[in-house]
Amino acid sequence: MAQKDKSAVYDGPPDYRVVGRHGVYPEVSHDEAARFNFLAQMNRYLSKQLMPGVAEAFEARVRPAFEAAEGREFANRHEVRKALAKDPAWQWWSALRRATMESRQQAGRWTTIRQAEELADKVRELTEGDDRLELDPCFEQPRSTAAIDHHCMPGSYYTELFPGDVSGAANYDIGIFATTGGMLGRFNDGGGVAVAQWVKQNLPDFAPKRILDLGCGLGHNVLPIAAAFPDAEVIGIDAGAPMLRYGLARAKSMGIENVRFIQGDVSRLDRFEDESFDWIQSTMFLHETSYKLMPMIFRETRRLLRPGGIVLHVEQPQYTEDMSLFEQAMRDWDAFYNNEPFWTKMHEIDLDQWMEDAGFGHNTLIHGGVAAVVDPEVFPEAAKDEGQEDYGRKAAWHVIGARKAA
Amino acid sequence: MMAEKLDPLALAGAKAKGKRPWFLDNTDAERVLNITLVLMQEVAVMRERLDTIERLLERDGNITREAIEAFEPSKQEADERGLWQQEFIARCLRILQQDREALTEGKEASSEEVAEEFAEGG
Repeated sequence: MAQKDKSAVYDGPPDYRVVGRHGVYPEVSHDEAARFNFLAQMNRYLSKQLMPGVAEAFEARVRPAFEAAEGREFANRHEVRKALAKDPAWQWWSALRRATMESRQQAGRWTTIRQAEELADKVRELTEGDDRLELDPCFEQPRSTAAIDHHCMPGSYYTELFPGDVSGAANYDIGIFATTGGMLGRFNDGGGVAVAQWVKQNLPDFAPKRILDLGCGLGHNVLPIAAAFPDAEVIGIDAGAPMLRYGLARAKSMGIENVRFIQGDVSRLDRFEDESFDWIQSTMFLHETSYKLMPMIFRETRRLLRPGGIVLHVEQPQYTEDMSLFEQAMRDWDAFYNNEPFWTKMHEIDLDQWMEDAGFGHNTLIHGGVAAVVDPEVFPEAAKDEGQEDYGRKAAWHVIGARKAA
Repeated sequence: MMAEKLDPLALAGAKAKGKRPWFLDNTDAERVLNITLVLMQEVAVMRERLDTIERLLERDGNITREAIEAFEPSKQEADERGLWQQEFIARCLRILQQDREALTEGKEASSEEVAEEFAEGG
């Protein structure tokens, strides 16, 4: 009886063992699963318990101290962040958040690197000789991925510890559970499922034959789109060879056969003909590019879209006048303290204007919002999680896009 | 295939490219915090293993390492384990909860100040 009561009040991440195991999923031991359970709980604690304390400290100490010293209000989010950085509530939350991220990387790398050879063999078996994998051995990493290891992931998306290594991709795959507290669902596909549903609901007449996913990584965001439109030919393009190799093997082992994985630079897509795609998608990708690349990407997407085709970019919300400077400063945390350097600048621009500058007409622009779609019996739902705002990491996003005039 | 054997443990703890930011006023305190957090993590791991063993014992008494590895908690069992994790983290990080409460409760008198007050007119 007492146990039943306990279960009724539990509000938190599910057990790691509910994560879906596809054919190239690393072996995760009992204790390794337990480690991810702790890390998921820590992230939950950080966002639910400590982060509200930072907001309280801001109002009680940080803002009054700044206004007393300067005789004016904060002028921008950087002033807010620099003032917060002197406050113990922010300092302890930040120190623990960074430590938790580094521990998550250590945990995932230990699990995947200890079995790196077996993983590489499994992936080779599934991908060797398959023309749906196109790697470019001469590909040079763009500065946007080479300058820094994104989200404290040693080796980033592209490092191979030996030829054919996929341990970095597998680490990314098995650890998202911990970073999001289980919010992305069984196959980390809650975002892609949401985008596919959004398109079916909002554009019921839309029947894409060819879909391009920019910055596809290991494909977790695009597989649900490929599954929702099984007759479409889907192409994922990314800079990281290990992600693509692992991605194709993973997709095939999940029975999704209509996706190709191509290594390439998303700002130079001349391999594809004009007007050759019905749908171009990017999911949580623009913030890992640069001001130099974004206009090139936007222009290329316009060139590649067929009349009547759509482009959708899924991102965290932009910093607009409606968003408090405190929220903007908190959302900038990942930019400055979790190796997402372009995050800050990317979120301050007028995306509508940039899309129009690339040639998309004002009245063709698309705006929307999506939240991860997961099995609510098992996973926490971002859409219903109103008591929590894990600035920048919540599994709920904005959609900016356009439909090319028919 | 591989020229030399990988060292998973050394590679697992590798530093990510990009200068590491520090947050506490004292970086040595932050180093100790990082170590403490991992010790918390490993206690949680050990507790989960113990919990698994207890539940296997209750189920059919078949406690082998294989059975431990294959253990899948039911929803209710997972919830109970999750709740324990939450209790554990809240207990370990209690001092941060107190900081937060002190902040919202505003200025408080210390016991020394109250002692003086109670002794007034004595």
